[in-house]
Amino acid sequence: MTSDAVTRELAEPPDALARANGYDEPPPRVGFFTDTSVCIGCKACEVACKEWNDVPDDGLDLLGMSFDNTGMLGANSWRHVAFVEQRRPAGQQGDGWALLDEMTAEVEPRLRAAPRGGSELGTTPLPTAPGGAVQDLGMPTFTRPGDGTGAETRTDFRWLMESDVCKHCTHAGCLDVCPTGALFRTEFGTVVVQQDICNGCGYCVSGCPYGVIDRSPLDGRAHKCTLCYDRLHDGLTPACAKACPTESIQFGDLDELRERADRRLADLHQQGVEEAQLYGRDPGDGVGGHGSLFLLLDDPEVYGMPPAPVVPTRYAPQIWRRVGAAAGAFALAAIGAFVSAAVGNRP
Amino acid sequence: MSELPENAAPPAEARSYYGRPVIKAPVWEWPVPAYLFTGGLAAGTAVLAAGADVVGAGRLRRACWLGSFGALLSSIVLLVADLGRPERFHHMLRVAKPTSPMSMGTWLLTAFGPGVAAAAIWELLPERWRSSWPARLLRTVSRGVGLASAATAPGVATYTAALLSQTAVPGWQEVREELPFVFAGSAAASGGGFGMVAAPPSEAGPARAFAAIGAAGELVASQVMERRMGLIREVYHHGAAGRRRRGADLLTAAGLAGTVLAAPRSRIGAAVSGIALLAGSALQRFGVFEAGVESTKDPRYVVVPQRQALEAAGRDRAVSG
Repeated sequence: MTSDAVTRELAEPPDALARANGYDEPPPRVGFFTDTSVCIGCKACEVACKEWNDVPDDGLDLLGMSFDNTGMLGANSWRHVAFVEQRRPAGQQGDGWALLDEMTAEVEPRLRAAPRGGSELGTTPLPTAPGGAVQDLGMPTFTRPGDGTGAETRTDFRWLMESDVCKHCTHAGCLDVCPTGALFRTEFGTVVVQQDICNGCGYCVSGCPYGVIDRSPLDGRAHKCTLCYDRLHDGLTPACAKACPTESIQFGDLDELRERADRRLADLHQQGVEEAQLYGRDPGDGVGGHGSLFLLLDDPEVYGMPPAPVVPTRYAPQIWRRVGAAAGAFALAAIGAFVSAAVGNRP
Repeated sequence: MSELPENAAPPAEARSYYGRPVIKAPVWEWPVPAYLFTGGLAAGTAVLAAGADVVGAGRLRRACWLGSFGALLSSIVLLVADLGRPERFHHMLRVAKPTSPMSMGTWLLTAFGPGVAAAAIWELLPERWRSSWPARLLRTVSRGVGLASAATAPGVATYTAALLSQTAVPGWQEVREELPFVFAGSAAASGGGFGMVAAPPSEAGPARAFAAIGAAGELVASQVMERRMGLIREVYHHGAAGRRRRGADLLTAAGLAGTVLAAPRSRIGAAVSGIALLAGSALQRFGVFEAGVESTKDPRYVVVPQRQALEAAGRDRAVSG
């Protein structure tokens, strides 16, 4: 019965999402298209999200990761702008100083030693390096970058920026494992936590293959992007998309966003930006496609996202078959124990 | 602010965002692995108690119903304590969701608990009250519901493997084939171990047999699990998780040897073997739990297998196209 229910759920075509969840005449499924090729890293999306949704502040920590001092998505960060400095040419731009490798070498071992491996980045400072050395953040300074080392140390340089957000998956791991029904599918096809229901069991935190949702230490409940469910009811654009000055974050009906993403990808490929790729566009992927599409200029893991995640629910039929077999073995062992003891006791 | 260990993790082979984790580390703390143990113990002792009731081994029955009840109460306390909002524990009972192993587990425990409680309460009644009609009624009812609890016990003993495996945590998801058998064996070994500690050797024959089958099964399943692991073998071998798993293997093997050789003759031998099995079972749960937590902290464990899957899929397409 369990595996049948799971198979049924996974077999639903993505566009029948709201209907499949019991809505009679649902509005079209909505989502985001985040085009990172035009992101300028202004973080207006982060600020607008916090303002509108009244998301608590999570401390002012300099993380030593380029201009990223948010760290990652979490209970108190529903938009997160990633900054990646790379040694490769970007269009017509000149040379520069790309410090990704140096910063990674500084930050990575400190992340390993941080509480929960850095899952609460942005809410707690990273532990200091061995010997108490303080990381040079390289700013602010009154000299130009590289003045001290000379022009010969310049390399090819490009700076990737990406505003990350909840993917609002077609098959959402967080929603599937939620044991209280607090997480639900809205009529817009998005995934939202009902704060009056959530009891903070934390299962969704481990059910999400993207590391998006987290339990807040402030109120003990799970929080994540709601795609501004309240604004959607009033026909308004979500706060982050509204605030984005370059239309890097676009909001709309998912069908239209998919077309727009396809057109933008074709444009970029035609212009010779061959590394451009769409993320979450394919309804046949491991989560049935995203509600939040992305256009990336490098592989997803470079932005801290999984390259080919699979919703854990997809393994449920296999897991329950094995659990059933193990339970059967357990029962047989118990019966066998009494039978063998009875045989052994016979004079 | 914690100090860094000198031997920090080796650099990632996969590309990453400053080496930061891709998925969140679980928010669960020690009460969850502790519950994995007490839940298994409650199930293991319940089947022994019900069996002892059927074959008329009164002291084994009494000890195991009481042990099961104690483990069940501890389980409930541990599960509620790990919630972010403990006062809302009953929200678990709003829905029954086949896609959520935690919801299925909630209902399994709800079916399992009352029978164990009824049977244990009857065991606690003083001798002089047992002939009164309410006590006789309770005895009749508790025999039936106690047997019903024993019927759900195999589910209680093994669903926790689904609870861990149906997550994005690489260290738990990738052992989904074998973990149910490791946990089933661990639960049987702890239940049998408890029976050996609490009942005299003359009555503890079924407990010894159950413990021996469980311990042997756990050792084999654990070996198979480890052989089949890919990259995540590292987290099962290194650090605290590796130490606990090695300790679990040692104690379970020693307990198994003691169960077969010493426990049938000596009360002390039985008690020592039983305690070794109980400790081995607890260490196994903590080892598996911590290995999973560790696997979330390094992005390699998430990214490398997914890249490999993408490459394999790409090769398949190239071959068929």
